Amino acid sequence: MNLEEYKGVFVFAQQVDNELGNIAFELLGKARELAQPLNTQVTAVLVGYKVKNLADQLAEYGADRVIVVDDPELEVYRTEPYAHALAAVINEYKPEIMLVGATAIGRDLGPTVSARVATGLTADCTKLDIGDFPLQPKEGVETKHNQLLMTRPAFGGNTIATIACPNNRPQMATVRPGVMQKIDPISGAKAEVIEFNPGFTPNNRYVEVEEVVRKVSDVVDIQNAKILVSGGRGVGSPENFQILRDLAKAVGGEVSCSRAVVDSGWMPKDMQVGQTGKTVRPQVYFAIGISGAIQHVAGMEESDYIIAINKDEDAPIFDVADYGIVGDLNKVVPKLTQMINEAKANK
Amino acid sequence: MKIVVCIKQVPDTKGGVAFNPDGTLNRAAMLAIMNPDDKAGLEAALRLKDQYGAEVTVLTMGLPKATDVLQEALAMGADKAILVTDRVLGGADTWATSTTIAGAIRNLDYDLIITGRQAIDGDTAQVGPQIAEHLGLPVISYTQDIKVDGDYLHVQRQFEDRYHVLKVKMPCLLTALSELNEPRYMTPKGIWDAVDADITVWGRKDLKDVDDCNLGLAGSPTKIAKASDKVRKGAGEIVKDLDADGAARAITDKLLEKHII
Repeated sequence: MNLEEYKGVFVFAQQVDNELGNIAFELLGKARELAQPLNTQVTAVLVGYKVKNLADQLAEYGADRVIVVDDPELEVYRTEPYAHALAAVINEYKPEIMLVGATAIGRDLGPTVSARVATGLTADCTKLDIGDFPLQPKEGVETKHNQLLMTRPAFGGNTIATIACPNNRPQMATVRPGVMQKIDPISGAKAEVIEFNPGFTPNNRYVEVEEVVRKVSDVVDIQNAKILVSGGRGVGSPENFQILRDLAKAVGGEVSCSRAVVDSGWMPKDMQVGQTGKTVRPQVYFAIGISGAIQHVAGMEESDYIIAINKDEDAPIFDVADYGIVGDLNKVVPKLTQMINEAKANK
Repeated sequence: MKIVVCIKQVPDTKGGVAFNPDGTLNRAAMLAIMNPDDKAGLEAALRLKDQYGAEVTVLTMGLPKATDVLQEALAMGADKAILVTDRVLGGADTWATSTTIAGAIRNLDYDLIITGRQAIDGDTAQVGPQIAEHLGLPVISYTQDIKVDGDYLHVQRQFEDRYHVLKVKMPCLLTALSELNEPRYMTPKGIWDAVDADITVWGRKDLKDVDDCNLGLAGSPTKIAKASDKVRKGAGEIVKDLDADGAARAITDKLLEKHII
């Protein structure tokens, strides 16, 4: 493998039902940052059927170039034709870095493609940088510059590891949704668009999609909320979540919760913040009656401002809170809602 | 039907995470368990065995003490157990691990391979799809429901906001979610039998069609540059002695100060 041949930062621009997800824009935002020290281009790989019209949107969010793989076989996500598409793009265009969202699609596509093109893959990254490997010069070891340094939590968020892929290309990572920042779209931006079709011949690995069942849900995506009012087991009952909903309404936020609440059946899984739920980084995160298990903290500690209310002063949530109140949430939360409403009325 | 279930012994990260005085993870003090998603995969295999009749082989790669999870699997109802263990396999990343396991599975007859979606120590979800890739099999990740229909399976595949019902021809590989089912307990008879059961032990020489350059630490494309305990930002201001009014007032003032309201 001649590593020098591999150039450019590529992102897999995930679309479902011909709609780009936030993850595509988040990856582009990160790719722009990584491309700077490497002095290279950002390429979005768009895979689907009748998706070419999405290229402009990718340009507005930072793609210099869009490679479109468009084929009827790619209408609905299936591992095989998608893996064939992405692996063919990698073999043809030889990216230095290939980023994929750590979504239910990306965590299936990423490992399949990385094994096919025989390179390493680092899962669920929360931080990506360009730097030296090894990090510090080591005697007898060649220092490689301009490597992708991929940082991820492991052991349920108890440890973090920084990983490099020094001898194989592309350097591949899946990236947790909600962690990287997208850029403000540049309206009217255009990218070079390349259409590429490697040919699709069904084989034993093509499965048949018999049914697509969308979950009927009017729930909002908590990853998009500016303010989250999050409740834990300490809230006491599903009915008592009403005081959190009232507070969320007063501050213009949404309600989310911890894993314990989902396990108890009080709230749907879509609302769960944490290692096995969603990663969020709102402007304000209220942790109410949440003890702050490490798996929960892993999903919210990047929030700009964390306010914790808990009656147990030893609760670990206070270790990450910017502002903590030791007190009874049943008394404090309704009072707080009332005062916020008054403060707004007086403005 | 012949089913191979891949399982892993992992430290239990949920309950007691133990640290050494120097702040590193104390693995010796942590309980070693069968990875939850793998256990759900095993349960799914045992249900297929109950329903349709099947021979269930469990396979793990690890240190000799991983025999514990194989015995647990036998006590739950698995028929055969294989331990893949060898010094040269240590320090493997997901590429080298999946290469190793695929090399072991090439010795077996199978219709279906089930792995867990991900292990709770690494949380990568990569080894299952990568095994399928090495063996040239169709893979369905995040499996919720499995029905047998002759040589085919109908499988529910979960996504964030939907599921797909997929029809796949065996042989194939599925990755199981711990939400798939409630794994059964070991039976007293099963535990009794498992103690005496033979566990097949394979080393490097037993792996089929595998190059040394793809094994162990040396054969892993990804390299750890740094591993450390999570550095958390320091605690902010904690207020203990306010009544509800005072606490609500204090928070409201903070929100006003930050122009949130």
